Amino acid sequence: MQPALSIKNLRKIYDNQFEALKGIDLDVAKGDFFALLGPNGAGKSTTIGIICSLVRKTEGVVTIFGHDIDKDFSIAKQFVGVVPQEFNFNQFEKPIEILVAQAGYYGIKANIALERAEKYLKQLGLWERRNEISRTLSGGMKRRLMIARALIHEPQLLVLDEPTAGVDIELRRSMWEFLKEINDQGTTIILTTHYLEEAESLCRNIAIIDHGSIVKNTSMKTLLKQLDRETFILDVREELTECPILEGYLLTLVDGHSIEVDVTKGQSMNEIFIELSLQNIHVISMRNKANRLEELFFDMVEKNLIDAAGGQADE
Amino acid sequence: MNSNQKWIAFDTILRREIRRFLRIWPQTLLPPIITIVLYFVIFGQLIGSRIGTMSGLPYIQFVAPGLIMMSVITNSYSNVVSSFFGSKFQRNIEELLVSPTPNWIILLGYVAGGMSRGLGVGFIVTLLSLYFADFSIHSLPVTIAIVLMTSLMFSLAGLINAIFAANFDDISIIPTFVLTPLTYLGGVFYSIDLLSEFWRNLSMINPVLYMVNAFRYGIAGITDINIVWAFSMVGLFSVLLFFLALRLLETGSRLRS
Repeated sequence: MQPALSIKNLRKIYDNQFEALKGIDLDVAKGDFFALLGPNGAGKSTTIGIICSLVRKTEGVVTIFGHDIDKDFSIAKQFVGVVPQEFNFNQFEKPIEILVAQAGYYGIKANIALERAEKYLKQLGLWERRNEISRTLSGGMKRRLMIARALIHEPQLLVLDEPTAGVDIELRRSMWEFLKEINDQGTTIILTTHYLEEAESLCRNIAIIDHGSIVKNTSMKTLLKQLDRETFILDVREELTECPILEGYLLTLVDGHSIEVDVTKGQSMNEIFIELSLQNIHVISMRNKANRLEELFFDMVEKNLIDAAGGQADE
Repeated sequence: MNSNQKWIAFDTILRREIRRFLRIWPQTLLPPIITIVLYFVIFGQLIGSRIGTMSGLPYIQFVAPGLIMMSVITNSYSNVVSSFFGSKFQRNIEELLVSPTPNWIILLGYVAGGMSRGLGVGFIVTLLSLYFADFSIHSLPVTIAIVLMTSLMFSLAGLINAIFAANFDDISIIPTFVLTPLTYLGGVFYSIDLLSEFWRNLSMINPVLYMVNAFRYGIAGITDINIVWAFSMVGLFSVLLFFLALRLLETGSRLRS
């Protein structure tokens, strides 16, 4: 099946000779919810910038639903909606004006644009504020306004560059629901985020980019299976004065009622509960110390940093 | 995009531009009107009454076409330069750059916006000038054609300035150090026949001189220079600036990283 996005040997060297992308290849399937992760400066925003024509590529081919962004730019652009990392709308205009104008740039008639603007502003909880100057909106509202603007021409591929940055958890979760909904309706979504919990809960496939190269490109399930160690926090009923000792497990006392335990692949949580129970310690709840994807992500990215530092030291 | 969609995109940019300068009318429409009224009062009535005639016309009738043209030039230019640079600064120009709107439509939209303000202010100033000076139109086609071409040319120049500008200083340097001297030395307030041969010849490289004189010919029927030559110069500059502006948009220079 034709991918929603296909990137072949994409390179970007900026005017200051910084090589932001070192020939990446990436395919995103139609209908996918895809995470593009990486540390700051890894090349995520450059990739997104090239997809939506804000950054000029040095080399490579990018096609959107089979349309080359150079040769068929007019058609290719109709397929893409983009929500950038930073606010990039005229803060002196009203939300309704911003949406109708954006629709106009895609050749959509004003009456249809108004209908769609109403639909998306209502869905994103901005309808009541449609006639207020955008500058007066809260940060979360501005982010939602950019999502509405990206959807106004009903693109089949929606690219979101850290859409929930600086958004409170309640609003973030409502945005997740909204994004899941439009993905269920068939829109392919590419998401970059620093909230790895967000990527884990929303995305089916993932690519990790670091120093301009793709270091991992797989399904979320496959990636999470690679996790060979997880750290859990166990909350216990009894007050502990010293850390219990379990053979084969590394335990650390966090506070009087919490223990931290490292569990490697093949080890069993049941065994831990039984052993603790034998020591008259009863676990009342447990949670991951960190998000699973976060642990993997740091393993990969930190490993690269250590390799790079080692390489430089050798030189 | 088909031609209907392109028209919608053009219409959207133009409406947005018109809405912008109407929304901030105390900054865009009021100052040129006050400035021109002061010019008429000071140069036209107070000083002009002592000057007598210039090229056979009462001084106020001589300066009126130049003052109208000056407001068309400055408003056409400053509308595009401030609006386009403002869009670059706030990054909302990206709304257009990510869209399928062709670059030539973006160019035409902004230029049409600049012309709307330039011609709108020019029209208001013309009405005001009727209060201070009596004049009839000598040639309506020449008057309309030269005012349209002048507004077009300076809107294009404003767009190029905005594309190159990296900060707010860059959008005031050209109007202050280039546009204002060209306008003041472009025969608005005097006939170049008053100048010595050297300064008269030097004035001939000033494009504003051609526009002001062609416009004065359209209104009063007098000119310091050949009208055909004036139209040719303005036409040539407009074509050159159009293709330069289009080229800058096509290459994404200073717009796309």
